[in-house]
Amino acid sequence: MAKLDIQSVVKSFDDKVVLRDVDLTVDLHDVVCLIGSSGSGKSTLLKCINLLVPIDSGEILLDGEAITDPSVNPNDVRQKMGIVFQAFNLFPHMSVRQNILLSPVKVHGVSKDEAESRTHELLEQFGLLDKIDEYPDRLSGGQQQRVAIVRALATQPDLMLFDEVTSALDPELVAEVLNVIRGLKEEGMTMLIATHEMGFARDVADRVCFLDDGKILEHGPPKEIFSNPQQPRTREFLQRIVEAGRL
Amino acid sequence: MSAAPEEVRSPGLWPSRRNRPRRHREEGARSALIAAGSTVILLGLIAFWVVNSETWPAVQQQFFSPEKFREVFPAVASGFWLDIRMFMVAEVLILGFALVLAMIRALRGPAFFPLRALVIVFIDLVRGIPIILLILVLGFGVPALQLSGVPKSPLFWGVATLVISYSAYTAEVYRAGIESVHESQRMSARSLGLTQVQALRYVLVPQAIRNVIPALLNGFVSLQKDVALVFVLGVREGVREAQIFTAKTFNYTGYIAATILFLLVSIPVARFTDWYTERDRRRKQAVGN
Repeated sequence: MAKLDIQSVVKSFDDKVVLRDVDLTVDLHDVVCLIGSSGSGKSTLLKCINLLVPIDSGEILLDGEAITDPSVNPNDVRQKMGIVFQAFNLFPHMSVRQNILLSPVKVHGVSKDEAESRTHELLEQFGLLDKIDEYPDRLSGGQQQRVAIVRALATQPDLMLFDEVTSALDPELVAEVLNVIRGLKEEGMTMLIATHEMGFARDVADRVCFLDDGKILEHGPPKEIFSNPQQPRTREFLQRIVEAGRL
Repeated sequence: MSAAPEEVRSPGLWPSRRNRPRRHREEGARSALIAAGSTVILLGLIAFWVVNSETWPAVQQQFFSPEKFREVFPAVASGFWLDIRMFMVAEVLILGFALVLAMIRALRGPAFFPLRALVIVFIDLVRGIPIILLILVLGFGVPALQLSGVPKSPLFWGVATLVISYSAYTAEVYRAGIESVHESQRMSARSLGLTQVQALRYVLVPQAIRNVIPALLNGFVSLQKDVALVFVLGVREGVREAQIFTAKTFNYTGYIAATILFLLVSIPVARFTDWYTERDRRRKQAVGN
């Protein structure tokens, strides 16, 4: 059974169709990268999976359960997955510690001590323990984004969604965030990653999906997609990436 | 900060001293002297003009009689103390009640429609009625119904009306604050599994309140004076005591006593609001958002 199974998902905002009939499965421990130009629907797809954006038709199954069913409580679903956004979205009025503790303690009812010790563990693992009492505006973009990842991991999800998490970072800060994601792959985390970092996608992905105008035009192992794309649109997109020196 | 002194200078009443380079201090002292001088001259001219009016001696007797002042002051002051207590009780209730209203208004989704609609109707109604009318209608109307278990005291209904009226306005202040927090904060909170109410409680409202403290302080200044409106119900607060004195003696000095007492409280609060707003503005500029 697939960890995540997306079936014929359609989503439009007013009269603009953003996702047209998207099918995608992600198996347990798989890392799938979504590539495609801005506006191709990558972000919307991730937000639909997290139920932040309701879909118009189709179905999304998590561990075989239809999470897009109206009778499902979105908060129960969100407990099983973590999402990290492009802009860091840490809560500016809370310290790193408070940012991370909020969800486990207030939502999941984890005891304060247990949540604290897990927070320490995670921050230590990501080299952020010395920042535990800092406020977000005192951290670099890369540090903020790593804290955002820790915050999403604090509820022990078994699926992580990444929405262009390095797009808002200064170039020299990109690597530290990507390394965190590489580390998660080694631990066997199931991940769906929307990214513009093609080199990273090639390295880390088990499968790459090329989205164009709300459709998955092509998908397969990174080697195939990057060295031998079948669709003219994919070739065009990759050509532009190469010209920009990003691959 | 290396901004030019013109930019640093506060737009408030007093020129700001801080952040000013030393070489500008002298110039600052000179402009303060000029400001003080012209103020004294202006006030002097107005006083001269008033005092030389033909009816001044009579007006002085009626409004500014020192003996009458001494006579009326204790009653007015004790009434004014009631004003202050009403203000403090009402303000606490307003801050709480208005926040609940604003949070209900900020809830999304069709399930909350009836609650949201109720709050909007309440706010529109209350804001559409002059506060003095609201006080008269509730203050005389509700006790007249003689409902069992419902207080009949005009003091209770006076304060209750102030709370109802000011909560409607304050709720709108909070709402503006909640809407000023970026949508991504709400989304982040929701993605972590927080319910709508938890997202408001832990993430949106704390940031919203920081954004609207100056507006809330303005409401304080306004309420601190409007508590006197309950005098129409016969509550013996400061203005009412002055009115009683006038009715007995045909002398208006009581009103002046009440005026002085109100000013003694409201001017510091207004200055504090200005100072806080200015500090807040400068701090936001320093952070760059």
